[in-house]
Amino acid sequence: MPEVIIVVTALIVLSVDLLFLRNQRTHLRFAVVASLASLGCVVGIFRILQAPEQTNALNGMFLANPLTHLLQIALLSLTIITVLLSVDSTFTEHVGEFVFLILLATTGMLFLVATQDLLIIFISLELLSLSLYVLTAFNKRDSRSSEAALKYFLFGSMSAAFLLYGFSLLYGLSNSTNLIQIASAIHGQSTSPLLAIAIITTVIGFGFKVAAVPFHFWAPDVYESANIPAVGFIASASKVASFFIFFQVMVVGFAGVEGSAVWRHLVHGWVPILAAIAALSMLLGNFVAITQSSVRRLLAYSAIAHAGYMLLALVAHTQQSLAALIYYILTYALATLGAFAVIGVVEKQTGNDHLSSFSGLSRRAPLLSACLFAFILSLAGIPPLAGFFGKFYLFLSALNATPGSNGLLWLVILAIAMSAVSLYYYLQLLKRAFVADPLADANDIHVPALTQAVVVLLAAATLLLGCAPNLLLRWILEAIAASSR
Amino acid sequence: MSTFPWITVLTTTPVAGALLLLAVGSRSKNLTRWLALIFSLAALVFTLALWHRFDPTSGVMQFQEQHAWIPALNIDYHVGIDGLGLLMLLLSSIVVPIGMAASWKIEERVPLYFALMLLLQSCLFGAFTALNFVHWFTFWELSLIPAFFLIKLWGGPRRTPAATQFLVYTMVGSIAMLLGFIALYLGTGKFDFIELAQLAQSGHLMPAVITALGIHRFMPHHVALLIFAGVFLGFAVKVPLIPFHTWLPSTYSEAPTGTTIVLTGAMSKMGLYGFLRILLPIFAPQMQAVLTPLLWLAVATIVLSAYSALAQKDLKRIFAYSSINHLGYCLLGIFAMAKFTGGDISLTTQKFAAMSGVLWQMFNHGLTAATIFWFIAMLEARCGGVRGLNDFGGLRKVAPVFTGLMGIALFSSLGLPGLNGFIGEFLIFKGSFPLVTWATSLSVIGLLLTAVVILGILQRVFSGPLNERWTAFPDLTTGERLALAPAIALMFTLGLYPQLILGVVNSTVIQMVQQLKF
Amino acid sequence: MLAWTIYISFLGALALLLLPKASTTAARVLALLVAVAGFGIALNAFLTHRTGELITVARHPWIPALGIEYHLAADGISLCLILLTGIVAITGILFSWNIERRTKEFFAFYLLLIGSVYGVFLSYDLFLLFVFYEIVIIPKYFLIAIWGSTRREYGAMKLALYSFIGSAMVLIGLIAAYVVAGAKSMSLDALAGYPFPLHFQMFAFPLVFVGFAILAGLWPFHTWAPTGHVAAPTAASMLLAGVVMKLGAYGCLRVAMTLFPLGLSPWGFHVLGFGSWRDVFALLAIIGIVYGAMVALVQKDFKFVIGYSSVSHMGFILLGLMTLNQIGISGSVVQMFSHGILAGLLFAVVGRMVYDRTHTRELAALGPMNLNKAIPFAAVTFVLAGMASMGLPGFSGFVAELMILIGAWHAFPILAICTGLGIVVGVVYVWRAMQKAFFAEHALASSHSPLPPISIPERLGAVILLATSIAIGLYPQMLLKIITPALNSPLFEGIRKGGWN
Repeated sequence: MPEVIIVVTALIVLSVDLLFLRNQRTHLRFAVVASLASLGCVVGIFRILQAPEQTNALNGMFLANPLTHLLQIALLSLTIITVLLSVDSTFTEHVGEFVFLILLATTGMLFLVATQDLLIIFISLELLSLSLYVLTAFNKRDSRSSEAALKYFLFGSMSAAFLLYGFSLLYGLSNSTNLIQIASAIHGQSTSPLLAIAIITTVIGFGFKVAAVPFHFWAPDVYESANIPAVGFIASASKVASFFIFFQVMVVGFAGVEGSAVWRHLVHGWVPILAAIAALSMLLGNFVAITQSSVRRLLAYSAIAHAGYMLLALVAHTQQSLAALIYYILTYALATLGAFAVIGVVEKQTGNDHLSSFSGLSRRAPLLSACLFAFILSLAGIPPLAGFFGKFYLFLSALNATPGSNGLLWLVILAIAMSAVSLYYYLQLLKRAFVADPLADANDIHVPALTQAVVVLLAAATLLLGCAPNLLLRWILEAIAASSR
Repeated sequence: MSTFPWITVLTTTPVAGALLLLAVGSRSKNLTRWLALIFSLAALVFTLALWHRFDPTSGVMQFQEQHAWIPALNIDYHVGIDGLGLLMLLLSSIVVPIGMAASWKIEERVPLYFALMLLLQSCLFGAFTALNFVHWFTFWELSLIPAFFLIKLWGGPRRTPAATQFLVYTMVGSIAMLLGFIALYLGTGKFDFIELAQLAQSGHLMPAVITALGIHRFMPHHVALLIFAGVFLGFAVKVPLIPFHTWLPSTYSEAPTGTTIVLTGAMSKMGLYGFLRILLPIFAPQMQAVLTPLLWLAVATIVLSAYSALAQKDLKRIFAYSSINHLGYCLLGIFAMAKFTGGDISLTTQKFAAMSGVLWQMFNHGLTAATIFWFIAMLEARCGGVRGLNDFGGLRKVAPVFTGLMGIALFSSLGLPGLNGFIGEFLIFKGSFPLVTWATSLSVIGLLLTAVVILGILQRVFSGPLNERWTAFPDLTTGERLALAPAIALMFTLGLYPQLILGVVNSTVIQMVQQLKF
Repeated sequence: MLAWTIYISFLGALALLLLPKASTTAARVLALLVAVAGFGIALNAFLTHRTGELITVARHPWIPALGIEYHLAADGISLCLILLTGIVAITGILFSWNIERRTKEFFAFYLLLIGSVYGVFLSYDLFLLFVFYEIVIIPKYFLIAIWGSTRREYGAMKLALYSFIGSAMVLIGLIAAYVVAGAKSMSLDALAGYPFPLHFQMFAFPLVFVGFAILAGLWPFHTWAPTGHVAAPTAASMLLAGVVMKLGAYGCLRVAMTLFPLGLSPWGFHVLGFGSWRDVFALLAIIGIVYGAMVALVQKDFKFVIGYSSVSHMGFILLGLMTLNQIGISGSVVQMFSHGILAGLLFAVVGRMVYDRTHTRELAALGPMNLNKAIPFAAVTFVLAGMASMGLPGFSGFVAELMILIGAWHAFPILAICTGLGIVVGVVYVWRAMQKAFFAEHALASSHSPLPPISIPERLGAVILLATSIAIGLYPQMLLKIITPALNSPLFEGIRKGGWN
């Protein structure tokens, strides 16, 4: 099983670093450790590819089907990228521990996407979250990093508590921890107050994970203060896993009590709640992002906005919207990782991540800014980058969800309008990089080779997936179709 | 249909010349002038060839060329000439070289000046041969551009307002005309002059138009009158007819004299041509309906312009008003022809006379006015731009040949028998008198006033004591005498042997009058 | 073969970015070669294509799960506009020959823009069309923001946001249409043939139409246009007014009117005298014509005059579309071509010939410079371009405006008279600008240092544009003979059923 491989790799990494590399330079240590970790992940990917099985162990606790394979491969790839991007970091000497924690988080995510059992969900979620809290705090020299990590931890623990509470209610209502069985059990009880509380607390728990309004308060601080690889990882891989499991829990677990968010035909359920959260996230995320002068915070608020868009897929809760969600979150992950990598490079050379540090970037580091161009436009949803098709497919699935009536049209209109708003602040960043002249004291930016290579790869992938979305889409659709049989 | 596109070639020759001038003209001014003159004389030769090949016995359009241009809108490239058109082509071919000769002394931006002159000639050729509204209108409008720039860039001290006024007046008229024709098109789906004339004569034109427009608020014949008014305005501004004439005196006087020659010699005839080719065949019933007011306007044009000429002190202005006067006679003749006579043979014969007179007057006024302005140009050149009536005196003492030749031209303008000017006025008066007696009688006043003006000029400029300023006034050089000779000779020839022209246009005249069917 | 217009433009853009940093001449030459090649392909297709029928250039499945294909095709209308793009592309590069700062990036963005515009005109799958339509926004933004002049960042952002909002509206309409039609295909003929329910069309049509018409400068959504045009560098203004605004009009015709023809039919009730969307948009178009002309009349800045004149001329195009008869719509397409050429020419004179030399665009300041003596070529070019823009016969604008006028008369007689008013004001504002800028009478001409003469690339560009306008003016059949069959194709069935009246 791939999770085992990853755990083993993590242990190897830790031991190697502790035993052999104590006295080497940080960069070398990182390089070795990263290679080992990547190797382990690659082996994991091979393992997954080699064993296309459909298994269902322990009554849904451990699944394996094409969909989970897809997601696990994606997560492992994102881990590899994160680890490679951390090679040039200078914020810590605890190299082995750092990568170890990343791999542990990955393990958590691998379990998370391959289960339908509440217990396993919670355990793996906690594994993931705890690793992320520590990763956030890794830059011991920066007090803001510790502050952000503490905030993250407190918020996170509280929402985990809510989640657990909700799960226990569900168990109480259905006498099972398997999502499918829970669904059949609660099917008839749409107005039970216990169920309502269960819904709300579950939403709180997951809402925190995906940084949706009003559970988003941790995000700006964490994005602003944590070290780059951690932020990249949180923004990409952890979002992938969290969104997927959020979808699964709500759509599979709470099937039957969705309700409806169709305009003027509101029906009680979790769908209207999510619709409201989605709308608020889109609005708040985009409008506050306009005012930011720190690029990291800007991306944080934009992440909140993107969470809002992605929640549309949950509001639509069809198979097509699941495909749209997966496509969107994967391409979003690539773009975000790339963007943060670029920010990391700029930050290291200029000392801060203010918009002004990016002035004239296109002349100081042409290739890097070209890649930034691709990432930012993908986030804005401009073709021919991947983000455009993601948005398009998402909106399409939302409108297609309620056949016979364009019921979710209001939400789609809001989303598109907010995309227009987002274009404004994304263009501000690009304007800095391409239009503005370099500041008088700005120096040329030296981009480390590995980071450059990874960033270029990510940009190429973003462009490729934008021009030929079918490459990824076909895989996703087949996986979903195969898994639902 | 002729196989060789005579008319197209004729029209494009001056354009080719203009382009050549612009390309090579900057090298030498003299080269430019002679090149331009050669091109315009080539056009003259061409026109004479056309004259030679023209069949005087047939009244229909000859040398026709017709190609589909915009089939979707039923717009064709349709050209052809009958006697009227041929006469106008000849006039243009004569007047433009005269204008160029009068512009010989211009020193600034010579290639552009002569290129614009050639372009203007092209537009004139195009307008006089076109038989389909759209491409006729194209040439009508295009002719404004070279004219405007000729006035604006080489004109006198108040050239900008003059040029602007010229443009604005003519444009407004053109737009009115365009709208009228679009209305006609909407009713009939046709832009072709001949087809529209046929429709009008069979009485189907206006009903079709009114039905198509669907404006039920007004009475049908009011709508017809409105359309007529639009088209009429376009031509009335061009001729000009009082009260649309106010642009003319300043334009003629501020324009460089060579340009004035073309303006008065040929461009003003475009307006009259429009009356004959378009208004009379297509809008005859409307003209009849408002005949009395029209006649009053014609009379006013004749009399008031002559009276104003009397009050002027600038030679160019005098002849500007005089031009209005002479063309007023043509209008009188045209309006007389529009009068309903109901098939009375004797009156129809009068109409022939009036029509012939109009055509004659158009040609010969062009010739005469061009020559007179040419003399004025020479006067200006010798006297440093002076051209006031009272600035001269006794010039015949120092320049007898000049006096003699200019005297001939002046007498022609006055209408002395034996010279070309007489026949036109005679025929018009002869034809119009039985048709519109009162108007013709009143117009005689114009004749008298013109006589006073001309004699006054002769007296004040040429006779009397010699003005000391001009004791060194040079007489005509040999070159100038040779250049002027053809024009003067033509005046005598036509005056003594009018059949030269009347013979050629006779069939056309008969055809046009008979088509009027009333 | 036609698809190569897109590909070589994109490849050219990429190649330009890879050039070494300081190679301005190489960049210019490469860009020009690419543009000429693109034009050559377009011209070849135009000349060999006699009948105006649809030629399918490429058709491959792209995202089969959604029924989206990579479908490129061209009919008569597309060919006219592709030809226009080629001509304006070449002349734009010629007029940008003097750009020294960040030259290769300039031409890279330029070629990217051109490639996407070709893409829009060639697309026959609505998703593909939308993709290219969106791609246009970004190079436009950067061309203005980096190389523009007055308030360039503001102008660029305004333009980008307006365009994006317009395309957002279109996106909603398209997705809605796709969903209602069964979510099977995004191909233009499939969706055009689908019988959408009437009430759906009544809402979808104005949405999609206005979405496109924002980019076409429909009043009152036109406010981005004057600001954007003035802020843009010359070549960008030429492209913007000449070609990009036509994308909007093309979208109105190709997408809105073919997919939702019933949206134009009468509502059955009247509000303020309007009985259908057709009445509403026709009125807005006419307001645009007259308003644009009137505002152009009072401008003090030369470039603003031209900017507002673009709004006015685009009003003609939109009016022609709303006439719903063959003459009006053909006239509209011819006007798209004609105004594309003339707008390019006017901006070239004002921006490149005048402003780059005099560094002012104030009409009052230009007067004393005696420009008709200092740069006579510019004066002559502007006179001719101005005449053409006024609608003087012999140039391309006349035929187009005549056809639109006749078409409009068949459809809305009263409004057609207002159009006439717009034409008259059009004459006046061109006149005024020409007088004040080039022919003002001032004695003090010699105190100014001589202006650099008009360079060869500028002359070449001006001649190309003027020659095109005259050619179409004298022989409009060249365009009309492929436009008319295109309008008779099954694509426009819905409009025809409404009755070519």
